[in-house]
Amino acid sequence: MNLANSFRLDGREIPFQPGQTLMDAALAAGAYIPHLCHNPELAPHGSCRVCVVRVGGRLVSACTAPAAAGLEVASDTPDIQASRRAILQMLFVEGNHICPACEKTGACQLQAVAYYVGMLEPHFTHFFPRRDVDASHPDYVIDFNRCILCELCVRASRDLDGKHVFAISGRGIDSRLVIESPTGKLGDSAFAATDRAAHVCPVGAILPKRGAYSVPIGQRLYDREPISQVGDVAANEGRARS
Amino acid sequence: MSDSPKIRVATTSLAGCFGCHMSFLDIDERILDLVDLVEFDRSPITDIKQLGPCDLGLVEGGVANAENVEVLREFRRQCKVLVALGACAVNGGIPAMRNAFPLADCLTESYVGGIGIHNPGVPNDPEIPLLLNKVHPIHEVVKVDYFLPGCPPSGDAIWTFLTELLAGQAISLPYTQLHYD
Amino acid sequence: MPLSSHDTVKRMVTGLLTARGHEPDLLLQHLIAIQLAYSYVPEIAVEVLSSVLGVTRSRIRACVDFYAFLHARPRGDYDVLFSDNITDRMAGSEALRQQLTKRLGVRLDQTRGDGRVTVSLTSCTGMCDQGPAMLVNGLAVTALTPKRIERIGELVEAGVPLEHWPAKFFVVEDHIHRAGDLLSNAEKMSAGLQRFLDLGPQAALGELEASVLRGRGGAGFTTALKWRICRDSPGDERFVVCNADEGEPGTFKDRVLLARYPDLVFKGMTLCAGIIGARKGYLYLRGEYRHMLPRLEWVLSRRREQGLLGWDICGQPGFDFDIEIHLGAGAYVCGEESALIESLEGKRGVVRKRPPYPVVSGFQGRPTVVNNVETFLAAARIVEWGGHWFRGEGTQQSAGSKILSVSGDVARPGIYEYPFGTPVSRVLEDCGGTGAQAVQVSGAAGVTLAPSEFSRTLSFEDLPTSGSFMVLGPDRDLMDMTRNFARFFAHESCGFCTPCRVGNRLLEALVEKVAAGKASAYDLEEMRQIGNLMRQASYCGLGTTAANHVRDILDKFPDTFQRRLRPGSDFTPAFDLDAALAAARAITGRNDAGAHLEEA
Repeated sequence: MNLANSFRLDGREIPFQPGQTLMDAALAAGAYIPHLCHNPELAPHGSCRVCVVRVGGRLVSACTAPAAAGLEVASDTPDIQASRRAILQMLFVEGNHICPACEKTGACQLQAVAYYVGMLEPHFTHFFPRRDVDASHPDYVIDFNRCILCELCVRASRDLDGKHVFAISGRGIDSRLVIESPTGKLGDSAFAATDRAAHVCPVGAILPKRGAYSVPIGQRLYDREPISQVGDVAANEGRARS
Repeated sequence: MSDSPKIRVATTSLAGCFGCHMSFLDIDERILDLVDLVEFDRSPITDIKQLGPCDLGLVEGGVANAENVEVLREFRRQCKVLVALGACAVNGGIPAMRNAFPLADCLTESYVGGIGIHNPGVPNDPEIPLLLNKVHPIHEVVKVDYFLPGCPPSGDAIWTFLTELLAGQAISLPYTQLHYD
Repeated sequence: MPLSSHDTVKRMVTGLLTARGHEPDLLLQHLIAIQLAYSYVPEIAVEVLSSVLGVTRSRIRACVDFYAFLHARPRGDYDVLFSDNITDRMAGSEALRQQLTKRLGVRLDQTRGDGRVTVSLTSCTGMCDQGPAMLVNGLAVTALTPKRIERIGELVEAGVPLEHWPAKFFVVEDHIHRAGDLLSNAEKMSAGLQRFLDLGPQAALGELEASVLRGRGGAGFTTALKWRICRDSPGDERFVVCNADEGEPGTFKDRVLLARYPDLVFKGMTLCAGIIGARKGYLYLRGEYRHMLPRLEWVLSRRREQGLLGWDICGQPGFDFDIEIHLGAGAYVCGEESALIESLEGKRGVVRKRPPYPVVSGFQGRPTVVNNVETFLAAARIVEWGGHWFRGEGTQQSAGSKILSVSGDVARPGIYEYPFGTPVSRVLEDCGGTGAQAVQVSGAAGVTLAPSEFSRTLSFEDLPTSGSFMVLGPDRDLMDMTRNFARFFAHESCGFCTPCRVGNRLLEALVEKVAAGKASAYDLEEMRQIGNLMRQASYCGLGTTAANHVRDILDKFPDTFQRRLRPGSDFTPAFDLDAALAAARAITGRNDAGAHLEEA
């Protein structure tokens, strides 16, 4: 191994190509760093902060930090996992995540990452925001209660589908996903079930209608094996489609 | 088994469905091992109504009304260790889905304008606990020492949790026993 | 809206587009003009802008939603925003706000039924030395008193147009109390660029290098290095951006610099352009300073006439550079350079991913220098008078002087220029900050100093500062300050990253819980933990500094929180239990003992 082009992740040597981020290189080497807003098909974003790793005493997001030779990167340490747990807990209390009532349960990346870092409880005070469900589209439904603002759909629609169906509006805690259509409804937008944007949502916010329970609970993506072995929701959706 | 005094355990269900208690019974014959270690105080299992000092309190369900608050506080006062058992206690669960609606809408739908209602009118008998504006997880009302998520947590998860807790170990659930659904 | 006004709006927007341009970058500028004309951004305007600029409707609506000064629903004919910095509050702004809302019969944030007026709060408007202050339809009104509020109430009721309001209401003073190397000798300040042309770009950059000037916004990146990297970065075009979005609560020195020395600032930008090879520059002026726009535009046109801007500047063939002013619209985060660039491009002001840094990929993806107003001013003087002159004062790592905005409980609030390395105590002596119990240095995001720290020095080595210097006198309750800051950050978080978006709201709720006397020691520990996470894991400087005030109060002024904790409680509920039964009580008409919950 050429040490000039590698860094160490929790002591393990990870080779990288120039231009790769820590996340790119780690994933390519089969090393898992938990993440939600990252999807290798899309430009790095760095918003969810779940992929924070420690480099030189500072926390940086692995999905945006460029790989550099000789870096010592800590990821799977108790304090970093605790930080990730707190970030996930913030995401859980910010929205309305009622797993037992969600069609996506068991195949949800938010759940799976939370399992991976050992999150047992939401810890913080719930916001219980009042949010809508948009069932206006014939094939898809959007439940805004579950949106975690990862912008994967925004980016996929813009960068892969060339459609700009989604955008983020508002600011601060009032930030929210909005839809490009005269009425703001999905059914009046250019969205189609074949869009890449329809297949990148890591949670149960953008869901196909019908067939939500075609895979029984207990046999779902993350029911038996952790996300570090199974991979992302979008990657598995991709496999299922191809 | 040891001669040390048994661990005293109480359980209750607040705004829950008793599913966690049913799941508790899913530990099956292991309950015989458990009763060697513990004895039950107030619990649907014993039908003891009055809560006494306990080592461990298991609380199923979230906090939806004034009575839930009183019972939860009593558990906190009497139990050295308090556990949020199951999704509703941990984050409000299914009952918290009513939080999407104003309380007045929920009551009107249930007692006034809904389908098949005779003698419409929201009950106001002082015997009936008043509803809180929203359903809350129990950690928003009292200090909670442990959380065991799941809807319900499986009998195996409850067993793992109790045996490790009673053995004074850190709780470490196998992957398949940690779930939120 | 009736059809005719649809047409009016269409015509107005079409006129705007014709007058100013069809580039998508101008979206925010158009929206600001539309807001000003109609007190909101009508849906039909969104439609027109969308079709002409080729920007999606959702992006336009998102923009309206993001900026505090833009609205999707009509505000009143008079849109009154009380500046809500802690210094305004200390000067009595809350009572004045109540006086006005009562006088006008209007509730906070609710447009009066007849559409006449809306009264709201806004983040610090940069008038801390002459507060309490407000903005009326975007124009600053300072030195508010009960008498002035009463008069404003009359003027609003009578529907008197702003241009007929007493001119003294709109007077903004400069209050320069201490001038150092940068601010003194005003008469010797040349607006011209001859010295730069004599030196040539290479030697001018050399002077800047010799000066070791560091950015005055607070972060302190070496200016010459920034300009050099930008110059050497590949790109078919380069840009100079002057950051006049001084949103940090308690700063107002850029306002004074632009009022008093606009030529020096524009000159600094121009020689930056000459050094890096830029042909276009932007002054990003915070919306709160819109009152300065006409004069600044006038200075720019005068410089064009003087041959100091435009084609072949000073007769030098190929030295082409011009400056355009873009307004902000109420977003603190846009003070961060990459968020500012997003805003310049007409988008929501969300911080960009770095690297690449703006010097490599900034405005329109081109190499861009973004510097603070004060930095450009200092650069202009350095090129004029030499790097060694500048190094003549300051400390090892902090050359030159720093211009401070001093406000709060002091006898003489205003602008003070000191050599770097000056102790806080010296500033307090000069401004008359007698008996201060705390000084908030570098704004809400800065550091709260206790008296034992007043010997610390203003410098990059010790106390880096954007210039904000707010003094809290002996009788102040620091709880008021921390509540004000917590509310500020929750309002100003852009919402992009989780720790800042959610953490600030959680912190705000906990601070309010403490203030209400409903918290326990558990909550204080929660505040510390949330603050730690925000500091370590947030995406940009807003999130990493937003909890500083809470940490400083916990560490240095613990009694502020401790004496408000509920006695004998090691844990208290997250919400008011009895209040949570109020709706059910109202619906059932019950008020018996069982219809209430005691505090545990």
